[in-house]
Amino acid sequence: MKQLMTGNEAIARGAYEAGIRFASAYPGTPSTEILENIALYKDDIVAEWAPNEKVALEAVIGYSIAGGRAIASMKQVGLNVAADPLFSFAYTGCNGSAVIITADEPGIHSSQTEQDNRYYAKMAKLPMLEPTDSQQAKDMVIAACEISEKYRTPVIIRMTTRICHSKSIVELGSRREVPNKEYKKDIWQFTTMPAVSQKLRFQLEERLKKLTEEANNSPFNHIEWNNKSIGVIANGIAYQYAKEVFGEEASYLRIGFSYPIPMELITEFASRVDTLYVIEEVEPFLEEEIRAAGIECHGKDLLPRIGELSPKIIEETIKGVKKELLPMQPDKVTSRPPVLCPGCAHRAVFYELSKRKDLFISGDIGCYGLGALPPLSAMDTCICMGASVSAGHGAAKAFKGYNLDKHVVSVIGDSTFFHSGMTSLLNVVYNKSKTTTVILDNRITGMTGHQDHPGTGYTAQGEESQEASIEKIVNSLGVNDVKTINPLQLTELHEAIDSALENPEPSVIIARWPCALKKLSAKDKEEFGKHVKRYIVKKEQCIGCKKCIRTGCPALRYDKGNKKVLIDPIMCNGCSLCAQVCPVGAIVLDRK
Amino acid sequence: MVKVKSILIVGVGGQGTLLASKILTQGLMETGYDVKMSEIHGMSQRGGSVSAHIRYGERVYSPVISEGEADILLSFEEMEAYRWLNYLKPGGKAIINNYRLPSAPILTGQTDYPEGLIEEMAKNVDVIMVNAMDIALGLSFAKSMNIVLLGALIKIAELNNINWENIIRRIVPEKYLEGNLRAFEAGMNSVS
Ligand SMILES: Cc1ncc(C[n+]2csc(CCOP(=O)(O)OP(=O)(O)O)c2C)c(N)n1
Ligand code: SF4
Ligand code: SF4
Repeated sequence: MKQLMTGNEAIARGAYEAGIRFASAYPGTPSTEILENIALYKDDIVAEWAPNEKVALEAVIGYSIAGGRAIASMKQVGLNVAADPLFSFAYTGCNGSAVIITADEPGIHSSQTEQDNRYYAKMAKLPMLEPTDSQQAKDMVIAACEISEKYRTPVIIRMTTRICHSKSIVELGSRREVPNKEYKKDIWQFTTMPAVSQKLRFQLEERLKKLTEEANNSPFNHIEWNNKSIGVIANGIAYQYAKEVFGEEASYLRIGFSYPIPMELITEFASRVDTLYVIEEVEPFLEEEIRAAGIECHGKDLLPRIGELSPKIIEETIKGVKKELLPMQPDKVTSRPPVLCPGCAHRAVFYELSKRKDLFISGDIGCYGLGALPPLSAMDTCICMGASVSAGHGAAKAFKGYNLDKHVVSVIGDSTFFHSGMTSLLNVVYNKSKTTTVILDNRITGMTGHQDHPGTGYTAQGEESQEASIEKIVNSLGVNDVKTINPLQLTELHEAIDSALENPEPSVIIARWPCALKKLSAKDKEEFGKHVKRYIVKKEQCIGCKKCIRTGCPALRYDKGNKKVLIDPIMCNGCSLCAQVCPVGAIVLDRK
Repeated sequence: MVKVKSILIVGVGGQGTLLASKILTQGLMETGYDVKMSEIHGMSQRGGSVSAHIRYGERVYSPVISEGEADILLSFEEMEAYRWLNYLKPGGKAIINNYRLPSAPILTGQTDYPEGLIEEMAKNVDVIMVNAMDIALGLSFAKSMNIVLLGALIKIAELNNINWENIIRRIVPEKYLEGNLRAFEAGMNSVS
């Protein structure tokens, strides 16, 4: 049977067909849907959201050493977090098979960096596969399991946004049931003590040699002979773009098994074409090695290193063809930046913080990162997950050390707190910085599309589970001043911030209200009740002061004609924030 | 079979462009075309600008449409149509929803919604306006605006030989099925 699938759906299908039984991941664009789709194979695969990527990979390591087939998936920066176990895992290798998916983001659509994770394969000395479409994404999971088992090595599959989020046709197969490998205790293989690692270090090089041979003969490294005046070496989505541009005018070497680099095959291909182009997104990963092998080629001398490629870029830079485009003036349209949803409780927190002038607001990654943008503009930094609390600690030390009168407020989401905020807060307490940490507990991982986490009380496959209590965690870390409040009650929020800032000790405010888009769980309904309310503006009372507009809620419009505000009835989520800031009580609950 | 055709669907996060492109690509695949579709989401869920690239034909390579390559641009919103205009081929068709969604800088009064965009586009391409919101409201089903637009697209793309009803039945939840089928029909009839 044929099905249209995204690359992510195809990876999930591949995991199913390969007989994988365990999957662990932490959400992150563009990789999130891999685990979401694996979770649907409830009877065959155990799928888990881990608190962070390091934990996810380590769970997979344990599963595979114990003899099972497992897969971990993460976005590109997620592999930074999981890099520590990755390198050790390359040394110990696996027993059952282990597949690691990294989903890179050329173009930085929804990330903080544009890093080329192919270098991780090279640095950790691990085999790497790169699919060019959804069919290959599926096939490669199955092949990765086989390579993993044959060479007892974890295998990396490197995707990019366009592979993850593009749909193409996939031929479905059936699931193979693979028995587990027998587990035998072997400290000379599975404990990375110096004496063991010294031995494993040699094993790693030996394995790499064998894998090089495997890569040179892999069906994923495929030559397609056409006209030999142009030769194209391309990987992943770049192959599709090149094929679109050159058609049969060129011969192709499509690289799918990209580390160890199949240099023998490349040399052979290069020797038979007149001009060689290496077409790859972001860094010249292949090109560097090809040049180092003494093969002449074009690549980044013509193509950009920054951002995604496209057929148009290849056509313009390599072929020198420029198409006529329809005339337009881009500055005629205004930008459409993403905004916090109507009714988002984060808005209230940033609204309150934005009114105070003496603050350094150490932000973090999540929907609430949007609090940095106008009209709220309530954020000074945003680095990486968990950094709000730890960078806030450093900033507080600096302000104190240089006698500057600035208070530090660190703002972190619930999922981010579990991911990597807990150790940072421990540092605040242990090393005594007077910071206030606001934990935006919206009961879900909002940014990546609403995944459960340890605080929601449900697992990735919908089972009830122990609900982690942020309050108790924070207490145990040693914070004595902890207040849990409803951020949509502005007075309560205001007082909590005042009191926290006055306290010379570290303090925590837990702003607990569910994300406006969250599908409420049974537990949520019990705690927060159902709330389907709308607010309306009483036209005759509105004085057009625009105070409510300054909250930045996109359901509010200012009508320049009659100088009044109105509320879009379809968009309003009834949070009441605008009603609370209106100085004349013109915004009221819609009784209809 | 035909040469590869490219349709670009654009709009604002939350407008239902995804469902429309899902129905479209499913129908194209079942008709025997090779199909590829590419979309960018993530931050765009939060009211940002969104796009779905759809390409079909005998053999499709790139899942993305380059500037100047789209045969049809379907825009769920006026200003978005202009933002993506240069993706359209000279001589291509722009199907535009007669609907405005002001973006954040406009809502907060920093700037005004741009005027005259449709007139300007009409000078260079074939612009087809659809009153999808009015049609959807007329069916007392505002949320079916996306399917009205899909109906219009199918007609303009000359894909009405495919049994769309059958496909919509399989994709759309039972509860909304009747409303969506009527919306689709109304959309088809809204253009010629
Ligand atoms: C290391 C790493 N992993 C994953 C991500 C993707 N990501 C960005 S924010 C976020 C979680 C946000 O959830 P939460 O902290 O609950 O805030 P919310 O979006 O709900 O406001 C994730 C998973 C990332 N940027 N970095
Ligand atoms: S998805 Fe939830 S957390 Fe994110 S902006 Fe919307 S309401 Fe806020
Ligand atoms: S009550 Fe006011 S602030 Fe809240 S969602 Fe509705 S319009 Fe926006």
